[in-house]
Amino acid sequence: MKALLLRDIRLAVRAGGGFGLGLAFFLIVVVLVPFGVGPEAAVLTRIAPGILWVAALLAALLSLDRIFALDWEDGALPLLATSPLPLEALALVKAVAHWITTGLPLTLAAPALGFLLNLEPGAYGWLLASLALGTPALSMIGTFGAALTVGLKRGGLLLSLLVLPLYVPTLIFGAEAVRRGAEGLEAGVPLMLMAGITFGALALLPFAAAAALRVNLR
Amino acid sequence: MRAMSIWEYANPKRFIATTSPLIPWVLGLSLALIGTALVWGFFFTPDDFRQGSTVKIIYLHVPSAMMAINAWIMMLVASLIWLVRRHHVSALAARAAAPVGIVMTLIALFTGAVWGQPMWGTWWVWDPRLTSFLILFLFYLGYVALWEAIEDPDTAADLTSVLCIVGSVFAVLSRYAVLFWNQGLHQGATFSLDAETNIDPVFWWPAVISMAGFVGLFVALVLVRTQTEIRARRMKALLARARRAGAGEARA
Repeated sequence: MKALLLRDIRLAVRAGGGFGLGLAFFLIVVVLVPFGVGPEAAVLTRIAPGILWVAALLAALLSLDRIFALDWEDGALPLLATSPLPLEALALVKAVAHWITTGLPLTLAAPALGFLLNLEPGAYGWLLASLALGTPALSMIGTFGAALTVGLKRGGLLLSLLVLPLYVPTLIFGAEAVRRGAEGLEAGVPLMLMAGITFGALALLPFAAAAALRVNLR
Repeated sequence: MRAMSIWEYANPKRFIATTSPLIPWVLGLSLALIGTALVWGFFFTPDDFRQGSTVKIIYLHVPSAMMAINAWIMMLVASLIWLVRRHHVSALAARAAAPVGIVMTLIALFTGAVWGQPMWGTWWVWDPRLTSFLILFLFYLGYVALWEAIEDPDTAADLTSVLCIVGSVFAVLSRYAVLFWNQGLHQGATFSLDAETNIDPVFWWPAVISMAGFVGLFVALVLVRTQTEIRARRMKALLARARRAGAGEARA
């Protein structure tokens, strides 16, 4: 498992594309928002939590189809499937690798982008906490979506259509936690509900993803 | 002789033979029920004292909203049956129900908007119920798109079944997440069996008849569409066989 995890991370970092791209996309979306809604600081402060969450979600979405596609194209996926490692563990490792290469950098970069959007000072902690707890769910759900669409030639667009509705609860609770944090309200409840979704997804979705992989490898 | 079991209908031939004579009856009965309910509701019930005649849209809005959710539940059950017992009719019925569910969702959203404009002064608000329905609509879209994208029918049936199960969990989660996110304008349920204050019996009867009609309409449409799917698949198989035979002759 560890070897596979390290291999995936190395591939993502060295083989170009996925790793920096998500971060750059995150930055660009956040920069574009003030052009769209105007530079007024009060408006930006109000919408900053939501924008940061939506942008992070879209950036995570961008690299989802790479989770299985590369292994599928070069034939490594059937090899991995016949290895002693169960497919469920494979799906979990893939999700963790995706999180380390996209979710974690996004979480760490988000506070810096918060400055650009004039985020309320009290909200930075909540932003970090909610993204750190929420992005693993995005990676895990995305891995499930990638497992569903791995055999398709133009699966990318379909993948977004399948995965985005599944992201709704995570997004709602994540952005709500930051918004309450920014307004100085109690933000623990949405944060805990979101953590519940994350851990539930991590516990159950590997089985669904493995089932989808088995069908696609048949 | 073995006792008849419901699984006999999993045989596509028997399914078609049994349902074909039923379809006109179910369809006719449901249309009669809907017609009765609409005529009764539109012309023979009084206007609501606050909402005026706009109240009458509930004869379309409530049944379609109910069927939009029930269609998804039916798809979930059919998907589970496919995964457990691998009856093709079940997978095809799930596939056949999805577009009907989409249309029901759209009718509910549209009639809601038409009613909301004079009542709430807006076509759309981000109210929990409305938002949940929009999300349900997105789930339907993804499900249908996945069916369309995969060529091999068994693979498509398996993958959409898995998606339907996972999607159901997330649809329920979204429902409660949305409730947490915003408290809305939409009134509470007025058709519950156990609620203290329900809708007035004057409106209740036509609405219930209309609901029964919508259930019948849904059943009839799903039966027709399932038959179509079965025949389309059979035709594909025949064409493929003819192509193979043709190729064999050309070689010989």
